[in-house]
This record gives sequence, C-alpha cells and structure tokens, in this order.
Amino acid sequence: MATIPMKENTGGVPNPFAGVDFGQLERSLRRPRTFMDFTLNFVTTLLTLLALVPLFSVVLMLLWRGGQRLGLAIFTSLPPAPLEQGGGFGNAIVGTLVIVGLATLFSVPFGLLTAIYLAQSRTKVAEGVRFCTKVLTGLPSILAGVFAYGVIVLVTGGFSALAGAVALSVLMLPTIILTAEDAIRMVPSRMKEAAIGMGATQTQTVWMVLLPTAMPGILTGVMLAVARAAGETAPLIFTALFSNYWLWEHGKANLMQPTASLAVLIYNFAGMPFKNQVELAWAAALVLVLMVLTANLIGQSLSSKQVQQ
Amino acid sequence: MHSSGSAAPHAGLGLGLVFPARKDEITQAPTPRQRFLDAAFRKTCYAFAWLTVLLVAFIVIRILIAAVPAMRSLGAGFLTGRVWDANAGNYGILAEIWGTLYTSILALILGSLFGVAAAIFLSEGFLSSAVFGLLKKLDMHLNPIAKSLPDQVERLLKELIELLAAIPSVVYGLWGIFVVIPLIRPYCDWLHSKLGWVPFFSTDLSGPGVLPAVMVLSIMVLPTITAISRDALVAVPPKLRMAAYGLGATRWESIFAVILPTASRGIFGGIVLAFGRALGETMALAMLVGNSNQIKLSLFSPANTLAALLANNFPEAGPREVGILMYAALVLLAITLAVNIVGAFILQRASLLHAE
Amino acid sequence: MKNRHILICGFALLIATVACNSNQASGGNEANSVKLQGAGASFPAPLYTKWFKSFVGTRKDVLVDYQSVGSGAGVKGVIDKTVDFGASDAAMSDEEISRVPGGVQLIPMTAGSIVVAYNLPDVKDLKLPRKVYPAVFLGKIKKWNDPEIAKANPGVKLPDQPINVVVRADSSGTSFVFSKHLSAISPDFDKAVGVNKMPNWPVGTKSKGNEGVTASLMTTPGSIGYIEYGYAKSQNVPFAQLENKAGKYVAADTASGQAALASAEMPANLIVWNSDPEGDSAYPIVTYTWQIFYKNYDAKKAAAIQELIKYELNDGQKESESLGYIPLPQNVVAKGLSAASGITAQ
Repeated sequence: MATIPMKENTGGVPNPFAGVDFGQLERSLRRPRTFMDFTLNFVTTLLTLLALVPLFSVVLMLLWRGGQRLGLAIFTSLPPAPLEQGGGFGNAIVGTLVIVGLATLFSVPFGLLTAIYLAQSRTKVAEGVRFCTKVLTGLPSILAGVFAYGVIVLVTGGFSALAGAVALSVLMLPTIILTAEDAIRMVPSRMKEAAIGMGATQTQTVWMVLLPTAMPGILTGVMLAVARAAGETAPLIFTALFSNYWLWEHGKANLMQPTASLAVLIYNFAGMPFKNQVELAWAAALVLVLMVLTANLIGQSLSSKQVQQ
Repeated sequence: MHSSGSAAPHAGLGLGLVFPARKDEITQAPTPRQRFLDAAFRKTCYAFAWLTVLLVAFIVIRILIAAVPAMRSLGAGFLTGRVWDANAGNYGILAEIWGTLYTSILALILGSLFGVAAAIFLSEGFLSSAVFGLLKKLDMHLNPIAKSLPDQVERLLKELIELLAAIPSVVYGLWGIFVVIPLIRPYCDWLHSKLGWVPFFSTDLSGPGVLPAVMVLSIMVLPTITAISRDALVAVPPKLRMAAYGLGATRWESIFAVILPTASRGIFGGIVLAFGRALGETMALAMLVGNSNQIKLSLFSPANTLAALLANNFPEAGPREVGILMYAALVLLAITLAVNIVGAFILQRASLLHAE
Repeated sequence: MKNRHILICGFALLIATVACNSNQASGGNEANSVKLQGAGASFPAPLYTKWFKSFVGTRKDVLVDYQSVGSGAGVKGVIDKTVDFGASDAAMSDEEISRVPGGVQLIPMTAGSIVVAYNLPDVKDLKLPRKVYPAVFLGKIKKWNDPEIAKANPGVKLPDQPINVVVRADSSGTSFVFSKHLSAISPDFDKAVGVNKMPNWPVGTKSKGNEGVTASLMTTPGSIGYIEYGYAKSQNVPFAQLENKAGKYVAADTASGQAALASAEMPANLIVWNSDPEGDSAYPIVTYTWQIFYKNYDAKKAAAIQELIKYELNDGQKESESLGYIPLPQNVVAKGLSAASGITAQ
C-alpha cells in the first residue's frame, strides 16, 4: 500500500492527500464497473464502425460499377439512346437541383413556422398538429406522388417540375417539423427567459435567440429531409415524369413541363439490358450522393459560422 | 450593453430587414410596431400549423374517397384475406400487414441499436479523444495545423453517417440484390441447416426475403436515428454530466443513468421518424422483400409489405384496382396512426415511471 | 454572415429567375416548335427512345419525349389527357376507350417475343413441349429430370434438381401476354390462374421487372422464368425452344416472330391477340405493342404526329431488330399508315 507518511514535512500546509492510498487510484479491469465501462466502449466503437460498413460498401459498389463514367461528359450531355455510346445526364442534374430546390423552398418555411408554433404552445391544437405530422411520416412515397398528381398534374393539364416539388415537399415536411420542434425545445429555457426578461417580444425571442441557437438541429432535420427527397423515385414518376432534353428551350427555362431527375434516371437506366445505360445509372447514383454531401457541407459551414459568431 | 449571447450581432438570420433590431432594441419595452409584428408573426405560425393539419386531412380524405368503392365491395374481409388474385376477385392484405409490421419493427430494433450506439460514440467524442491521444503520442498536439484535426475528424464521421441518408432508395435496392443477398446466403443456409427448428430460421433463403429487407431498411433509418439522437445527446447540459462524474460514476454509468434519460425525448422523436420512414419505404423493399403473400416467422422467407404492394401494382392498375390499392393505403395510414398512439402511450408510461 | 446572406439570396434569385421565365403551356413557346409527350409501356421503351432521338435529330421544330411508367399508367395518362400519346402492351379495353372524349386511335408500332429462359450450366439446348411448360408454371412438374422433360430432350443430361420458378413481382404487360398464351394452350392453367397483368402464380419466387427476373435467373442455378427476348439476347441468357401449335420446336428470333405475326389477320381497329399462332415456323409467344393517339389534335401537333407515325412505321422498323424487337409485317404497316391519316387537326 503506497500511503504517504503522515509526518512528512510539507512546510506547515496540511497535505490534502494524506492518508490516501494511491494504490487504489489505479484503473483495473478486474473491477466490474471498470470492466463494464471498457466493454461498452468497445461495443459502441464496434457498432459505429459496423454502421459505416454499408456506406463504404455502397460507395465502393457505385465507384466500381460507374466510376469510370465520371467526367465532364455527364454534365454536358443528354441521356443516350439504347445501343448508343457515351452520353450523360446533365439535364437530370439540373432537374434534381431545381425540383429539390423548389421542394425545399416550399417545405422549409412551412415546416419551420409550424415548428415554431408547436415549440411554443401546449394547447390541444398543438397536440393535434403534432399527431397529424407523425401520421404523415408514414405516408409511402408513392402516395405523395399520387396526391400531387391529383392536385397539380390534373389541374394544370400536364406533368411538371412544380408537381414534383409539391410531392417531395409533402415527404420532407414531417421530418422538418419534428426535428425543428425538438431543436427549438432543446434550447435552454434560461436563454428564452433572459430575452423576455429584457423586454423582447415572443417573436424577437424566436428570431434572435431560439432559432439561431437551434439552427444546428434544424439544419440536421433539413439536411435529412433534402437527402431523402433527392433520392426518391416513386413520387417523381407520377408528377415530374422525365425528359430527355434540357430544362430550357429556346433560351427560356420552363418549369411546367416534364423534367428529368437523377432518381428517375437511375430507375430507368438500372433496369435496361444495355451496358452503357446501366453504367450511367451507377454514375448518376454516385453524382447524387456527392451532390447531397456537398449540400450537407455547405449547410454545416453556414451553421458553424453562425455558432462561432 | 454588451450582449453575451451569440444572437444579437447578426440580427436574427439576416432578416434584419423585416425585424430591424440593433443590439439594444430588445432590451427595451416593445414598441407598438414590434408588438404588431409580434402578433402578426404568431398568427402566421398558428395559421401554418393549421395548414399542416389541413394538408394531412386533405391527403387522407382523398385516399378515403378513392378507397370507398373498394371498401364497399370488399369489406373487412380485405384485412383478413391472404390471397391476392385479380382474376378471381379475391383481394386480401393480411400478409402485407404482417410483413409491414414485422419488417419495420425488426428494422427499427436493429437501426436503433446501431443508431443510438453511433450517436453516443459521436456525442462522447471517442474519436476526437483517440485522435488527440495519437497526436499527443506523436507530440504534435500543439501543432497549429494539427490542432483542429480531432474536431475535423469527428465532423467527418458525423458527415459520413448522415451520408447514408443521401443514397437513393433505388440504389439501396440494387445494393441489396447484388451485394447483401449473395453475402448472407451462405450464412443463412448454414443457420437453416443447423438450427432449422428455430422458427426464425425455418425456411431457406431463396433470394429476396425478410432478412435482406430488414438489413437494408435498418441502414436506411440509421442516419435519421443517429443524427437526431446525437443532437439530443449533445444538448444535455454539461453540468449534468460533470455532476455525475463528480459523484463517482463511470462514463457509462453516467450515460445510462443521467444522459440517456435526459435526451430520451429527442431520441424517441428520432425513432418515431425512423419508424414512419420504415413503414412507408417503397422502392427498396419492393426489390428486396420477395413480394410473396406468406405469413411466416422465418427471417429467410419472402414476404410483402403494403408500400411494396402499392409500388408493384400501381403503375399498371386500372380504375377498379386503384380503388383497392387506395384501401390498402388507408390501412397503412391507420397502422401508422396506431403505432404512434402506442408509442405516445409507452412514452407517457415511461415518463410516469421515472416520476420526473 | 455576409457569405450566408449572399448564398441564400443567390439561391432564391436563381429559383425566381427560373420560375419567372417559365410559361404555363406544356408545349413549346416558340411559334414554330412543337413538343410531344408520350408515356406508357416499359417493354418497348428502349426502341421508342431510340426512335424519338433519331426523329428529333432530323427536324428542328419538333421535340418528342417518352417515359416508361407502365401500360396502365400510360392508358391513364391518355384518359386524363396529361400526355400527347400513350403506349400499352395490353392495348386498351373497350371500357377504357369509351372514357376518352373524342376517341382514340391505337396503332401497333412493334412486336416482341417472350422467351422461357433457364439456368442450367450444362444444358445448351432445351426443348419444352406444349404440355410441359404450363405445368412447370403451375407447379405440377417439379424437377428438371421429370420424364416429360427428358422425353423431349433425348441425350441431354438433366439434373435431379427442383425447378426454381421465377415470376414477376410487379404488374406488367409481359405477365399479361405470357399468362394469355398459357391460358390459350392449357385449360388447367386457364382455370387455375387465368389471364392477368398480375397473375396469382401458384409457385415461384418473385422479382421486380424484367431486369429483376433476369438477375434472379442468372444468379440461381436450376431456375426457369419468362422474360422479354431483348433481355435474354443482351445478357446472353439461354432460353428454351417451345413446341408450337403445329408441333414443331421453335426458338425465338426475328423470323419465327414474324411468322407468328403473319398468321393472324389484323382487324380494322388494329387490336389483335395471337396467343397460339398457327404455322410451322411460328414462335408461340409473340405480341404487338401499341401507341395510343387521340383522334384530334391542334393543327401543329396533328402534323407532327402524322410525321412521327410515318417515321416509326417506315424508317423506325429498320432499327427494331438490333434491339431485339420484331419488325412489323408490311400489311400491318400499311394498315397503320392508313389509320394514321385518320388523325386530324381540330
């Protein structure tokens, strides 16, 4: 036992470590609590690494099967016909940007305003809204497309990027509302109370305290929603259909016509018995993942600048 | 007065045009204009909340209207029938209801296990401390370039897990067919031959089935659970953690006893979203679940889900069949409703138990 | 902070510019350009895509676009008037035709064969008699070395393995045509299963799409399934020779397909099903596929559609064979062209 002798000369100041058995301060795996700790550390690390394995497996598969097609041609060319070599999917890239961009523009303000209301109230109405949102999470993506078909396509008389955006925003809405609400709720109440105590109105509190603080969480929700929407095929088949041409005709962009998208392109090409098309499908999947990653990174950097200030 | 918060300097997300407020304005009593804007904004939020309800109601009503003819002609037998024979006019979705619940619940269990583990890993900073330890061993931990490395590696890991959400569902389906099924086939055959008496292993894997579908589905819901759980865990006030350590708890004791319970609301929210996603996942499951009207406990047998049924039949459906499919869609929404009610009930009981 | 403002404003500006420049018409907005949108069957989609690309390449004022959404959705698009023309492997029923105000004109554009493909590494040629292959798909013949199969394939070593049947998981025109043929040649099949886009197969693992069935066939030894000829050809999947009505074993190819098509008389409405063709060299499972046009269009579209149909029925047929489709017989082409002249401007 390595104890410090009580009578050591410490210059008149009482030794706080007197009588402490330093031998006991070792970390021994034989102790059950420490062993538990170590095991759980190990298990958690293992599970996390295992969770990453599919990601690498999928990306590797995409790279292996479609990586050789990554190049300038895919951004500047239109989809090839069967038995044709080369080609690309520039119009699908533009289409995805436009459709998902529009969907974000619709769903983020809508969802954020609803979430702000939900986070601030405990009324029965709020309970009802929350409940309806949770029911909406289970809506199959194909039904979002059918809904937008009935509401937009039949009314405007044709397929369009707008209809596709509406279908996607219906899918994005529950994620944005629920995560934003949770993020706002997690802001420590003392910050909110401080602002109100200083004389801010509720709205000022929301805009100047709650939203900026909750921004990382809100952004997580938005990014998850965008990532999902970008990869959904079924809703777009009934709403935006597809196009083998560029979005702009004769110099003007047209949103009210069938629009190409990466998800539908992958769905079309992956099932064709032609090698060229199948390779392009894999390349398109890779491009889609990279696009979402880029959007994610941009979102992260916007949010972190916020926090730093 | 110097504001210590980070909020004031950029006047709330750059909308200083609408709500002009320099640092000092919120420290004074609100002007009439600000009171008006406050009321207007709150009413707008209320309106949008109602719009959400209306949107959901609108969708449900449209589905209901389309389903009514089918409901009249098929009645409740639709829910208990196991045969889908278009020619004989027999339609039944019991197998699909079973498949939906079985695959979603299993995927949720698997996804939560991995997802919450990954969230804890991220929030506890294991990776950044490991990197820091490595740098320290190399004596580079004070190097200005390497200083931000631990944080950046941590951010990279978070990004990678969220990237799982970016993969299109069609690609997950293809990955399942080309990679997952051939990979698990030998193990499944071994399990079936050695432990075939266990109900979970009682059939052999003929290709698509419950297990590949569950594996891929759990990967699809994992990023949602991880990202939201991580945010919830990180939001736990540091003083709680420190208090637990101060009382002598080990890291994991503090996680289980203090941090997880505090973050449980957020984690549960993530799981709810994940469950919704699992119930409604269409494309990947249409390719992987086997599309067979069987009700078996075996993990290796093919099954069918309501969403996959819709995906496979909708494009070719004539007017009558569309009505029947809408009936199935209504059942799916009812299941989502029921699951959420049960979930809310469980949450209520759990919070009563903890007597907060 | 400033960067973020710029980024958000820039993004909003981009969307606004794109939106403001859009117009409400779903057609072209220049005086001399027309856009034709088609949607429907996935079976002929590769051929149509190739045709339309070639067609558009030779003209400056017409754009033609096609998306495969399934025959059913294509017919729905025609009924809802959300497309300019549709395509269907199962033509249109009288009830569906009556729901289109103004009427429709169906014109067969191409034809294709459905093959019974298999995966037996040691068997290069397989002959399946008329009595045998419906029984396989009914689950009545369960093993490869069944005496009925062995009798038709003397000298071929058939393994003592169960037959793994692969069928379609999704509703499709291919299943419709295959089940129609099986019902025509086998009363047992007709009674037990019948004709449907999504037949209630008594046996079989299900895969989604032609490509799914092909993938299952290629990765599981001992399988048998039905796929379109184009898929079998491009992936080099072996397929069986089937015994036709005349008792001869015929493999699927252009000649046998054309022989089958020629054996049926094309009626005035251009819809015909030849589920059990006559003739020594006719391949048993062949079907037309149709494009569905309205009887009336506005002047510019009517002219463009006329040109399109002419292209498809004349030059287009030259490209069919390389993609695995059957060029239309001359008499059918003539009937199609005369039907096209009935599409008028309004």
